[in-house]
Amino acid sequence: MASYSLMIDGVKREVDADADMPLLYALRGDLAHKGPKFGCGLAQCGACTVILNGVATRSCVLPVSAVGDAKIRTLDGLGTAANPHPVQAAFIAEEAAQCGYCTNGWIMTTVAALEKTPHASDEQIRTLLSGLKCRCGTHMAIMRAVRRASDVMTRSTADNALFTDAMQEA
Amino acid sequence: MSHSPNFSAQSPGRRQFLKRSAALVIAIGNTGVVSLLTLDEAEAQSLAAAPRAIGPKSLDTWLAFDKAGNVTAFFGKMDMGQGVDTAIAMVVAEELDLSVARVSVVMGDTHRTPNQGGASGSSGCRLGAIALRNAAAEARRVLVARAGEKLGVAADQLQVTNGVVQLKSDKKRSVSYRDLINEGFATDLDWNSRYGNNLTVKGIANPKAPADYHVVGKPAARKDIPGKVLATTEYCHHVTLPGMLHGRIIRPPVANAVPVSVDESSIAAWPDAKVVRKGDFIAVVAASEWHAIKAARELKVTWSETTPPFPPMEKLFEYIRQTPAASNSAKGGFGGAAYDPEPALAAIRNAARQVEAEYEVPFQSHARMGPSVGLADVKNGEALIWSDTQKPHDQRDGLAKFLGLPPDKVRVIWKPGPGSYGRSDSDEAAFEAALLSKELGVPVRVQWMRNEGHGWDPKAPACVISCKAGLDENANINGWYFHAKGFSGWDVNFNAADPRDTLVGQLTGIAKGDAHNFGAPSESYVFPNAVKFWETVPTFLAKASPLRTSHMRAPQEPQVHFAHESFIDEVAHAAGSDPVALRLRHMKDPREIAVLEAVAKLSKWKPRTAKDPKQTGSILHGRGVSVCSTFGGYVATVAEVEVDRASGRIWPRRIFVAHDCGLIINPQALRTTIEGNVVQGLSRTLYEEVRFDERNVLSVDWLTYPILDIRDAPEKIEIVTINRPDQPAGGAGEPSHVTIPAAVANAVFAATGVRVRRLPLRLDKLA
Ligand code: FES
Ligand code: FES
Repeated sequence: MASYSLMIDGVKREVDADADMPLLYALRGDLAHKGPKFGCGLAQCGACTVILNGVATRSCVLPVSAVGDAKIRTLDGLGTAANPHPVQAAFIAEEAAQCGYCTNGWIMTTVAALEKTPHASDEQIRTLLSGLKCRCGTHMAIMRAVRRASDVMTRSTADNALFTDAMQEA
Repeated sequence: MSHSPNFSAQSPGRRQFLKRSAALVIAIGNTGVVSLLTLDEAEAQSLAAAPRAIGPKSLDTWLAFDKAGNVTAFFGKMDMGQGVDTAIAMVVAEELDLSVARVSVVMGDTHRTPNQGGASGSSGCRLGAIALRNAAAEARRVLVARAGEKLGVAADQLQVTNGVVQLKSDKKRSVSYRDLINEGFATDLDWNSRYGNNLTVKGIANPKAPADYHVVGKPAARKDIPGKVLATTEYCHHVTLPGMLHGRIIRPPVANAVPVSVDESSIAAWPDAKVVRKGDFIAVVAASEWHAIKAARELKVTWSETTPPFPPMEKLFEYIRQTPAASNSAKGGFGGAAYDPEPALAAIRNAARQVEAEYEVPFQSHARMGPSVGLADVKNGEALIWSDTQKPHDQRDGLAKFLGLPPDKVRVIWKPGPGSYGRSDSDEAAFEAALLSKELGVPVRVQWMRNEGHGWDPKAPACVISCKAGLDENANINGWYFHAKGFSGWDVNFNAADPRDTLVGQLTGIAKGDAHNFGAPSESYVFPNAVKFWETVPTFLAKASPLRTSHMRAPQEPQVHFAHESFIDEVAHAAGSDPVALRLRHMKDPREIAVLEAVAKLSKWKPRTAKDPKQTGSILHGRGVSVCSTFGGYVATVAEVEVDRASGRIWPRRIFVAHDCGLIINPQALRTTIEGNVVQGLSRTLYEEVRFDERNVLSVDWLTYPILDIRDAPEKIEIVTINRPDQPAGGAGEPSHVTIPAAVANAVFAATGVRVRRLPLRLDKLA
């Protein structure tokens, strides 16, 4: 057992753990997160996804000792009912969950991708999300939600760009 | 009703009401003395909290107001992710004239909700809503009568607007629900004395006529979605108790091997870990979840030498064909129906032409998104269990038997879990946790690993289905034969009311049950000299088998309809008929006819009389149709596929569904529910097959048991729903799922001329 200091959703958290314990167990255990879930423990389904330094990462196979000072973002810290992340807002608007056990993986994978490149074609959305599992077959609503999020985020990036341009001109 | 001790009917006169400012809920302790609990107290998740559900007869069992005038409905079924709780809230809101936002729904807690049979047979709305609707209608009547007394007017001069009762003629003279409910309802309902799916209650009030609905039938946002998206929903997996240990189960490498010896020193590296062995059941528990996992991996167990229990996988269908039947549709199932195949076979033999085909469906796995989990605290002659079972009341009874406790000393609290579509692994871990907690005297949480979720869940039964038809000189059908033979859908009973239906029960010496059911199609087709029957074969291994079989979404109907609706297509082709036209000619039920006509219109179906001219491109196109009516739902589906000639890849590009489930409660949730049915159906149709060898199941994760990937999801699913407010709400959780395998198989035939008679549908590259 050793003590690890993790930067999670902008807050420093201490966990005592074996070096080989996957990050997922720290999040689900002592840190009582509800977003990342145990689906397979084999990096095959995405239910445990977190964003590590901007990259969607399957926390079920990432030893806690390998995290170092990387910045971890989780679904728990992503947004709130009053102020949801645009991807969360889109999943709520499209009702893109049945049991919701897989939802963490779809949302976090989408967030990591769209924050880098908001615009995505339907084909790119399928490629981006390929490999994530949903046993309930929610794929159609998920695709609509990601489409919606991409459109919203593309527009707001464009608006921001216009806004920035306007600022610069002024 | 002594077997359901949580519910004893009490006359209102015996009730002693304690005045409290908060919402009041009536509860009866073991002494039979009635006390009132605040909603908060009733929510305390301990066994000490007295059961609040005082019996289906009491209106207070079903509905409770809080001091803000919001209502909680207590529902004895659960939502598996299709929005059933929202539908119940809508029905209650409708009858009480409240907004949906002001209704919360508590589901599946044996101390708080009446036994309505849990999640089962697409019955959430079809059956479960009826009691709540009648209870809410009666609640409104009682409240309006009380308002009338308070305001000094007759009830018929009053109306209700979002929980405020007001004079129709003078809206300012009003009183709100919350000022009328200090003492609960203290009102009795007529109860049909049944528990489970068929429980109904009714008050003096009649529910609203559908023409007066203003909530039911309009889209309402699902209540469960924000919590799932914002990571605030508490799943069963999140529940913890102080001092809790984590358990992991050790499974044998060969299915029927039993432990001979266990070397506990092999896990000495984890001082908090220890082995618990009971009969042939072995588990490791540890304070740290990670230690439990690692110790379970490292534990050295010597297993008995044993004959491998299974035939090689390629002999599966041969086993089914050649093994004498253990039961059949005359003896098993819900009652049995006598049959005689001879007249049909004779008619077919004597026909001018015979059409015959056999269809094969392998074992499929529930393969839930997260494997089984359960948390148990068994001590002082009581048990408190958290589970994501579909049937908490049944599981309560099963756990009581298993632990040797009276049922009223066992409380099962259902929490949401990964979608469960039948008797999956969801019932198993709670029993294992209960045993471990009983042995150790501390709370134990058991979660399965991925290999168990695939490898050790009960499987959808494999089968071989033979169909034959006779055609006369004019290509009219003159005989029809349907014979399904497969493993029993009741090898594992669909509820867990007995530990004999669990792995841990069987491993600790309880003999497994031996019940038989399969299925035959029940659409309204009329064919002369028709016979439809089923037979079951014995399970390979009658103790703790990874190939034991159970209900999986629309029990056995996907298998049955894959065969029957494919065969109708084959007969239509042989008869030179269009498959839609041939179905319409033989169908009798107007609702089946209506959905079939609707899907033909929606998909702009072009009649086929023979195979369309051979296609030449690299991508072949085809469309197929299929029909199912079951659980009060009527569905016709057209699948449009593209087949890549070079690779044989089948892509279901567009799916058209016409859907009639009677009265539609929430059209928005209905559409996403149908989409889920379709996509999961496509997965079972195109990808899913449990692999095994003589020793064990080899499908143990998502690589060895592939399911549909998003790249292979359809481009579009087009749905037309037929709302029938004059008909009761029917089932929507299964019927559309059932139509998928045959619709796709028929489309593949239309595209390629190749008839695939085995699931999952696979094509080699085409010439
Ligand atoms: S739980 Fe991590 S990928 Fe499945
Ligand atoms: S919504 Fe249930 S697994 Fe995706």
